[in-house]
Amino acid sequence: MNELLRLITLQDANTRLVLLGTGVLGLAAGVIGALAVLRRRALVGDALAHAALPGVCVSFLVFRERSLPLFLLGALVFGVLGVLTMNAIRRFTRIKEDAAIAIILGSFFGLGIALSGIIQRLPSGNRSGLDGFLFGKAAGMVRDDVTLIALASAAALLGVAALYKEFKLLGFDRAFAGSLGWRVALLDFILMSLLAIVTVVGLPAVGVVLMAALLIIPGVTARFWTDRLAPHLVLAGIFGMLAGLIGAGLSAVLPAPQSALSRGFPTGPLIVLVAGTLFVASLLFAPGRGLIARWSTARSLQRRIHDEHLLRDLYELQESASFKAGSVPAPSIGQIAAHRAWRMVPLRNAIARANALGYVTQTRGTLALTASGREKSLRIIRSHRLWELYLHEHAGIAPDHVDRDADLIEHFVTPELLAKFESQLALGDADPIRTGAAMGVPLSLHPPGASAEEAPR
Amino acid sequence: MPADTLSTTKIAVEVHDVTVAYHRKPVLWDVDVSFPAGALAAIVGPNGAGKSTLLKSILGLLPIASGRIEVFGKPLTQVRNQVAYVPQRESVDWEFPVSVLDVVLMGRYGRLGWLRRPGRADRDAADAALVSVGMTEFRDRQISQLSGGQQQRVFLARALAQDATLYLMDEPFAGVDAATEQSILEVLRGLQERGRTVIAVHHDLQTVRSYFDYVAMLNLHLVAAGPIETAFTADNLKRTYGGRLTLLDEVTEAVRRGGTLPRSP
Repeated sequence: MNELLRLITLQDANTRLVLLGTGVLGLAAGVIGALAVLRRRALVGDALAHAALPGVCVSFLVFRERSLPLFLLGALVFGVLGVLTMNAIRRFTRIKEDAAIAIILGSFFGLGIALSGIIQRLPSGNRSGLDGFLFGKAAGMVRDDVTLIALASAAALLGVAALYKEFKLLGFDRAFAGSLGWRVALLDFILMSLLAIVTVVGLPAVGVVLMAALLIIPGVTARFWTDRLAPHLVLAGIFGMLAGLIGAGLSAVLPAPQSALSRGFPTGPLIVLVAGTLFVASLLFAPGRGLIARWSTARSLQRRIHDEHLLRDLYELQESASFKAGSVPAPSIGQIAAHRAWRMVPLRNAIARANALGYVTQTRGTLALTASGREKSLRIIRSHRLWELYLHEHAGIAPDHVDRDADLIEHFVTPELLAKFESQLALGDADPIRTGAAMGVPLSLHPPGASAEEAPR
Repeated sequence: MPADTLSTTKIAVEVHDVTVAYHRKPVLWDVDVSFPAGALAAIVGPNGAGKSTLLKSILGLLPIASGRIEVFGKPLTQVRNQVAYVPQRESVDWEFPVSVLDVVLMGRYGRLGWLRRPGRADRDAADAALVSVGMTEFRDRQISQLSGGQQQRVFLARALAQDATLYLMDEPFAGVDAATEQSILEVLRGLQERGRTVIAVHHDLQTVRSYFDYVAMLNLHLVAAGPIETAFTADNLKRTYGGRLTLLDEVTEAVRRGGTLPRSP
C-alpha cells in the first residue's frame, strides 16, 4: 500500500522517469500504430520488432557493453533489414504478404534467441541486460534512455503532424495519391521509418514479443469512439499513453516473480494487458459501435416488433371473428399464439408490456383491445396493409407473399416515409383506404388467420 | 493555360505503341490510340481486357514496358494538375475514418502539394463540387454510411474539385441506381460542354451509343477506336468480345437497333 502511495504521488524520481518514458512511448506508438493499421501495415511493426532482436545481440557481441543507443542502432539495422527482405520476397516471388511476414518474423526472432543463448554463456553475458529486451523492463531505464524515447517519439509525432494530409490520402486511396504525382513509395517509406523508430525505442520497455500489440491495439480501440481521422489519432495516442503509464505503474508495485532474473515485473505484458483491457472495455461499452449498444438497439427493436405483432394479431383475430359471428369476442391467449406461431415467452412478455401501457385488458385467459389499444393497432395494421399494397402493385409481388415482405419492412418505416409512399400509391376508385374501417385501414390482400409469416424470433 | 493547350493541339491523350506487363504476362499489347480533346469517350472490352490498365498507364500509375504516352502533347509530369482521376469505387476501404467533405477535399491536394493544408478556397471548391453532384446534405457524413451510388458521387465530386482539363474515370456507372446514373451522366455532359475531355471505362454496352461520342474497343490489343458512329460497329464488337456468343448476340442486336434495347437487369 505504501508503495502504491509512493507511486501515485510520484515521490520516487526513478518512477517519475520510468512513467514519463513509457507514457511518451505509448502516445507515439498509439498514433503511429493507428496510421500503420489504417495503411494495412499493422504486421510490419510486428515483423520489425521481432527482426530487431538479433540486431541487439549482434550489437552486444561487437561492442561488448550495455549501451542503449548502440543496442537500438543494431535493432534498427536488423529491423529494417527484415522489412526490406520481406518486401523483396513479396516483390520477386509469388509468396503472399502474410506468409512473407511469418517467414521473416520467425527466422529473425529464432536467430535472436540463438544469439542471446550464446551471449548468456559469455562471462560478461549476464550484464548485457538482454533479458529485458524479450518482454520489456522499464524499471531499468535511465535518464538517457528516456531522453532517447522522448526524442524519437517527438520526431514521430512531428512527422505525423507535418504529413497528416499526406498520410490520410495514402491510407484511404493510394492510387489517387499516385495520380496526383505524389511519390507514394516515398510516403510509405517515411511512414515505415517513423514506425521503425518508435518500435525500436519501445523495445527496452515493452520487448520485441509484444511491441506490435502496443502499436496495433490503441488504434483499433480508438476506432470504436470516432469516425474522423484526427480524433482517431488523438484517441489512439491517449489509449497508448494510458497503457504505458498504468502498465509501467503496475510493474513497479507488483512483486517480482521468483524466477525473474532481475527486480520488477516485466513491463511489456502489463502494458499490453492494460491496452487489451481498454480494447475490451471499448468493444463492450462504446456508444453506437460497442457490443452492448448494438445489442440493446437490436433488443428494443425486437421488442417493438413483438409489441406491434401482438396488437396486429388482436386486430386481425377480432376482424375475422366479427365476419363470422357478427360479434367481437376477445380471443384467448392460445388463439393468439396459434395465429402467428408465437413462442410463449415473447408472447407473455409482449402481453405484459401491452397491459402495462393500457392497450389490452386480460380477463380469464382472453385478451381484448382497449380503446387506445384499438387506435394503436389500427395504425400498425394500416401501415402493414399499405406496404402489402405497395409491394403488390409496385414491386409485383404475389398477394400470398406480400404479408411476409411487408412484415420485414413495416417496423422500420418512419411516419415521413409512410406519408411519402401513401401519396405514391395510386388510390383510385377502389380506394382501399376508404373501403377499410375507421382511420383508413385497407382490407387484407390475403385471407386472414394463420399466415405464411415466420414465427417471431 | 488549359485553353492554350487546347488550341495548340486537338489530341487530349496519345498512346503510342504501349505494352504493359504484369508478372511478365502482357496485359496491354502494343496499344496505339489517341483520344481527341473535348470528347466524351468510352473504353470498352471484356473482363481482363486491360481497360483499367490503360487508364492507369495514362495516369502513370503503372510502369509501361515499352511505348510512350502524351497528355495534351506533353509528358504527363508536365500536365499532372490538368488530369483528374476517378478510381473504381471498390478500390478503397469505405470504413476509413473520414467524412464526405474530407474525401472531396482530397481533390485539392494535387494543387496544394505536400505539407500545405487546405484553406477556405479549397473548402469552397469542395462545396461547389458537392453541389454539382447533389451531395451537399451528406457533407459531414462518415463515408461508410453512404450507398453505392452516393459513394460514386463522392468520388465524382472529388474529381470535380480537381478542376482538371482531362477526366479519367474507371467505371463511373458501376453499381449505381438509375437516378444516380442519370445525374452522373449530366455531370459528364456538363464537363464536355465546358470543353473538358472525359475518358471512362464503361461496361454497359447498351448505353455506349447514347452516353458517349467516342469509343476505344480493347481486348489486350486495340480492336478499334473512333467516333461512335464509325467505330462502334457489330463487326468490331464481334472482334472485341469474340468467343462470348450469348453476349455477342445480344450486343449485335443492340447495335443493329441503334442501342435502344431495354437494359438488361
